[in-house]
Order: sequence, then C-alpha cells, then structure tokens
Amino acid sequence: MYDGGKIIAGLIVFLGIVGFPFWYNAGSAGYKTPELKLPPKSKATECIEATEWMRAEHMQLLNTWRDSVVREGNLEYTTASGSHVEMSLQKSCMDCHDSKKDFCDKCHTAAAVEPYCWDCHIAPKEEK
Amino acid sequence: MKTTRRDFLKVAGVTALGMAAGAGSALANSKGAYLPHYEHMAPGHQHLTAKRWGMVIDTRAFHGEEDFAPLIEACHKEHNVPHLPGKQEVKWLWTDSFHASFPHNHQEFLAERVHHSRYLLLCNHCDNPPCVRVCPTKATFKREDGIVMMDMHRCIGCRFCMAGCPYGSRSFNFQDPRPFIAEENPVYPTRMKGVVEKCTFCTERLAEGKMPACVEASEGKIVFGDLGDPDSEIRHILAENFTLRRKPDLGTSPSVFYII
Ligand code: HEC
Ligand code: HEC
Ligand code: HEC
Repeated sequence: MYDGGKIIAGLIVFLGIVGFPFWYNAGSAGYKTPELKLPPKSKATECIEATEWMRAEHMQLLNTWRDSVVREGNLEYTTASGSHVEMSLQKSCMDCHDSKKDFCDKCHTAAAVEPYCWDCHIAPKEEK
Repeated sequence: MKTTRRDFLKVAGVTALGMAAGAGSALANSKGAYLPHYEHMAPGHQHLTAKRWGMVIDTRAFHGEEDFAPLIEACHKEHNVPHLPGKQEVKWLWTDSFHASFPHNHQEFLAERVHHSRYLLLCNHCDNPPCVRVCPTKATFKREDGIVMMDMHRCIGCRFCMAGCPYGSRSFNFQDPRPFIAEENPVYPTRMKGVVEKCTFCTERLAEGKMPACVEASEGKIVFGDLGDPDSEIRHILAENFTLRRKPDLGTSPSVFYII
C-alpha cells in the first residue's frame, strides 16, 4: 500500500467538507408555513380565488391585474364565488388583508422574496 | 470496448425515452399552472368612454393664482404628488406666463389682459405624442381613447420622454418623493425614486365614472369631453369660441385647448 492511512484520512476530511451543507442542516427544522393573520371571519371567510390557488399564484394574478387596469382600463374582477371586487392592490387585497406585516411580509420573509411594490403602493397603517 | 453504431443507437434510444418520460411527469406535476382569468376582468359599470378625450380651459374665468390653487391642490392631493421646491420639482398641473405657455404666438402689442394672465398647464395628451415614440419600454403609451398614459411599472427612468415632450409636462423623481407628501391619499400609489410621472387625465376617476379632479374643482371653468364626437359639449364650445393650443406647429396635435 502506498500511504493508505493518509489517503483514508484525506478522504474523510474531504467528505466532511463536501457534505457540510447536509450534516450542518440535519436535524434543524425544515420550512414551515408561517403563522398568518387572516382577515376576521366577520370580514371575509374566503379569498377571491381558492386559498391554495392564491398561495401559489397571487403574484401572477397581481401582475395580470396591474396590466388589466393600467393598460386596458379595466376595473372589476369576478371572484371564484361570483362577487365583484375592484382590481386594486391597495383598495382590495389590503382592505381584507389589512396588515402587511402579519400577512404578506410573514410569508415573504420566510421565502426570502422582497416585492418592490411598496416603494409606491401604500400599505395600510399597522396597529401597534 | 469498441462501440458499434448499433450499440450507440440503442443507448441513444433508451436515453431519449427516459428524457421523454421525465418531461412527461414534470408536465403532469404542473397541472395547477397559472391561467390568467381574463374573462373575469371587466371595466367598471359607470366608466366613461370617448373616441378622443380633450379639454377646454376658459382662461377668461381665471383671475389669479387663488383661482388656480384649488385645482392644483385637488390634483396633487389625489395623486400623491410631492411638494418639492426648486429644480427637482414634480408637477402634474401648474401655471406659467403667456410667453412661456404659447411661445410660438409672436403677437406684437398683445392685449394687456392676455399678457398679464397666467395659464393652467398640464400634459396635452397629444394625438401624435412624441413621448410615446421615444419610450423604449412602452411605459408611456396612447390609449384607444386618446389618453397618453404612464405605466409606472415599466418605467426605467431613462427620461427620453422628458427630452421628447415639448411642453415640459413630465417630471423626474430625483429622490424618494414620500417625505415630501404632506398627506398621503391611501387609495392611490405614490411614485419612487427614478421614475418619470405626469398627468394621466385621471384615468382612475374616468374608470369609476367621475370627471378628472381639476375639472371637478374648476366649477365649470374647464370642460372635459369627447373631441371625436361632433355633437359633444366640448365640440360645441370649440365651434363657438376662438381657442389656442400650445406649440401647434410642432405637429403634436394637443388635446388641450385654451379659450383666450
Ligand atoms: C374579500 C376579502 C379578501 C380579498 C379582497 C383578498 N383576500 Fe386573500 N384571503 C382572504 C381570506 C379570508 C383568506 C383565508 C382563506 C382561508 O382561510 O382559506 C385569504 C387567503 C389569502 C392567501 C393564502 C393565505 C394562506 O393561508 O396561505 C393569499 C396568498 C392571499 N389571500 C392573497 C391575497 C391577494 C394578493 C389579494 C389581492 C389580489 C387578496 N388576497 C384579496 C380574504 C381576501
Ligand atoms: C402563503 C404565503 C404568502 C402570502 C400570504 C403572500 N405571499 Fe406573496 N409571495 C409568496 C411567495 C412564496 C412568493 C415568491 C414566489 C416566487 O418567487 O416564485 C411571493 C411573491 C410575491 C410577489 C412577486 C414578487 C417578485 O419579486 O416577483 C408579489 C407581488 C407578492 N408576492 C405580493 C403579495 C401580497 C401583496 C401579499 C399580501 C396581500 C402576499 N404576497 C402574501 C408567498 C406569499
Ligand atoms: C413606480 C411606482 C410603482 C411601483 C414600484 C409599483 N406600482 Fe403598481 N401602480 C402604480 C401606479 C401609479 C398605478 C396606477 C394607479 C391607478 O391608475 O389607479 C399602479 C397600479 C397598480 C395596480 C392596479 C390598480 C391599483 O389600484 O392597484 C396593480 C394591481 C398594481 N399596481 C400592482 C403592483 C404590484 C404587484 C407591484 C409590485 C410588483 C407594483 N404595482 C409596483 C405605481 C407603482
């Protein structure tokens, strides 16, 4: 054998370094959906589309709304349950979801996304 | 080992099959993919429409800054326009002298009244808008009803439109405008550092069936209507009064008219 001990020791160190991300995170909790502050039941019990759909697609829905309002001059959206809402981030979404901090931000912080919408769109006043 | 053509084709075939199967299952997994519900989107019930929106301003009815102030305030409050003094000013609606407003009107011995008056200025919503031609992202575009609209979401702040506009109707946000807005209107967005803004003929109000903010505040001194309809009030007023437009010889064909 040619320096077998050294090779094996080297291999162990090498595997230790390469495997670092795996063993470092082993045992720590995985991603959990954060606790969201939903609108009070008296205000609304369902979103404008199915909850699952909203969770996955709300960013695209907002983009479609934006183009529909600004570029096509539309105003109204027929929801999944057949009622009508104004297509507006500030006037509709944030009317029901009246806390950006305890709703939108909670998820976005967990998912490490930072929509730049709030540079212009005004978030509702947060209750302290 | 020597690879024969036959072996190669066998391996290639199996690989292609495997890839197809993989793609197939990936497609199957994406069954919830986003489909925009376009059929769920409609204009408001009371939205106002026109072939070509236009405005007539009766300059004889304005007698000084105190007559203009409520209009400018109504507009700037509604749209969260910041109040910034000096060269970084942002304005949608403002006033200027006759010679600054109508520089191509080389009138000798101009009437005193006309000479000393101030004139209410705003985006002219040109029929042939140079700003739209130069915008590289189509952030500014002409709607079917003639309104020259700004899509803030697309603006990259290149300011070509400001160079293109012969009326100085566009303002650039050199800094975050929020600290300079005394009282935010919570139902309209602000703008951010690095975008250009201007008057939109209040598209958000037209969509709800309301007249533009300045027209409402003017108590009849401004008439807003359809230039494309020969029977509209605005066309009757234009037929009965002599009006000027700003720099008409540039060929931009403004939709804002001034009764002198
Ligand atoms: C009529 C009031 C109302 C409006 C308007 C509304 N929502 Fe909702 N939204 C709700 C309610 C209530 C829920 C919780 C539904 C549930 O518990 O299943 C919800 C759920 C959601 C969820 C999923 C939360 C989760 O549990 O994972 C998202 C994301 C969401 N809304 C985003 C939006 C966005 C974006 C808009 C604007 C386009 C909007 N909502 C407009 C009432 C509303
Ligand atoms: C259930 C968790 C959840 C909630 C609640 C939620 N979001 Fe999101 N949002 C996400 C995730 C995850 C992404 C990133 C998706 C991606 O990158 O594909 C995202 C992305 C976005 C984007 C696109 C950002 C970008 O950079 O492209 C916008 C806009 C957005 N959310 C708006 C909102 C608004 C407004 C609310 C509150 C009314 C909200 N979201 C509430 C999870 C959530
Ligand atoms: C540069 C400023 C700016 C930014 C950044 C911005 N918006 Fe807007 N947004 C506006 C303006 C101005 C309007 C026009 C409002 C109107 O005409 O009613 C608007 C309108 C909209 C509308 C339709 C009307 C309404 O009242 O909501 C939607 C939806 C919208 N924006 C979504 C978004 C989303 C989602 C983002 C972030 C990904 C975003 N915007 C970022 C300025 C901005």
